[in-house]
Amino acid sequence: MIRLAAIFSLMICVAFSMYAQHNHDGHDHSGHDHSTQDHSGHDHSAHASKTEAHGDEHGGCGHHAAFDVAETAMHHISDANVYSIGPLQIPLPIMLKSDDGWELGMSSKFHPDLLGHGDGHLGHNRYVLHGGIVKRIADASFPMGEFDVEGFMHSEEKIGGKKKDVTYVCTGDAMHKLEQKSTFDGGLFGGGMSSYKDFSLTKNVTSMLIVCLFLFWIFRRAAKAYKKQDGEAPKGLQGMLETFVLFIRDEVAIPFLGHNWEKYFTFLLSIFFFILGLNLFGQIPFFGGSNVTGNLAVTMVLALLTFLITNFSGNAHYWKHLLVAPGVPFIVKLIIIPVELMGLFIKPLTLMLRLFANITAGHIVMVVFIGFIFIFGKSGESLVGAGGAAVGSTLLTMFMMAIELIVALVQAFVFTILTASYIGAATEEAH
Amino acid sequence: MVGSIVAIGMGLAVIGAGLGIGWIGAKAMESIARQPEAVGDIRSNMILMAAFIEGAALIAILLSFLVAG
Repeated sequence: MIRLAAIFSLMICVAFSMYAQHNHDGHDHSGHDHSTQDHSGHDHSAHASKTEAHGDEHGGCGHHAAFDVAETAMHHISDANVYSIGPLQIPLPIMLKSDDGWELGMSSKFHPDLLGHGDGHLGHNRYVLHGGIVKRIADASFPMGEFDVEGFMHSEEKIGGKKKDVTYVCTGDAMHKLEQKSTFDGGLFGGGMSSYKDFSLTKNVTSMLIVCLFLFWIFRRAAKAYKKQDGEAPKGLQGMLETFVLFIRDEVAIPFLGHNWEKYFTFLLSIFFFILGLNLFGQIPFFGGSNVTGNLAVTMVLALLTFLITNFSGNAHYWKHLLVAPGVPFIVKLIIIPVELMGLFIKPLTLMLRLFANITAGHIVMVVFIGFIFIFGKSGESLVGAGGAAVGSTLLTMFMMAIELIVALVQAFVFTILTASYIGAATEEAH
Repeated sequence: MVGSIVAIGMGLAVIGAGLGIGWIGAKAMESIARQPEAVGDIRSNMILMAAFIEGAALIAILLSFLVAG
């Protein structure tokens, strides 16, 4: 255990040192202003003097912001248009739709560094790549075509009475404001919509495809093994999968769904292995750390499937109790029917939020623990602080990862068991 | 100012959920000790109930996020 911790902490230290080293070497070509810039001890004095040389506190693209752990965490849990393995940025296909037509190609057309943060050095048709995410210049009169990007700058501004993070992009001559993200309400409650729609094959979609192919492969293998050694005891991978399948059947499907469990068993298994696979895939260190099940859109679709299947398979008994509530006094009916109707929508809502919040919280905690290295290292000024925090945060991160493995299993199980209980309640016969 | 009130709200939500889930865990342990043969049923029901409480706490946390907006 101690040896494992030592190896892991050494790996983290080496990785971040190399990462920082690279950023310092390649620093001159563009003054990134990015809070996720990672600094560790190496050749820091040179860097510090460089930052001071820039002088100005606000404005200017060469300005380095202090390490902001919240922003770093938000950046790391969000979706991206590049797939990052360690510091390596692998470009992904982009598909953007705006009023000016489609923007197709790979995200490498914005010329991000191969190793770095995914800040593009080239803009195209008002689109720029910032932190691995495609963004657009808000100014509609900005000319089409390619332009050079010198760097990015963050500032906090008040928009509509609320403080918001605004990002500026510096082109050769001026600074241009980037569009705000679309809000979750889709612009219904005064939230803004961006002028383009992103249909790209993003990091999350790629991870989802990888996990789906992997699941397909292991289940094909298990199925072939069953065909080959019919009637014998399962072994290897087949035995592991059989444990899970039998667990879902005996602990979830049969107790909650009763005699017609087989009808919904495929759905329960699909949802269980999909969530479990993605939860575990997101836990692999330095491998993208994709936060797919911690994405509201993904969990919303999963919850919507449960909602639709529950209500379409609901029998007359279920609907009668929901809408009429027989045998209940009239006064109580006035209370109980609205509550039941609200419950109809609250159930999938909590299903969606629970998975999202648990997985996202896990990812944030992990990033914050790693962020301790930069907080205690004072963005690279204190080597001793960074070193001490590296050891401490490695141990904390390993502890959290052990917990996250349990959470990955428990959340997949809870989603499945709740789905089964909702379907079970909707299909129960009158008694 | 709004930020710190939101933090207090989230803390309160977590206290509530913590008390609830702790109570469920304690009672489940007690019942397992009384009836070790029913451990399977008790465990899955325990997780189910904990999930319901967690749902309420999550809604509270989400609402405090929305207020902070």
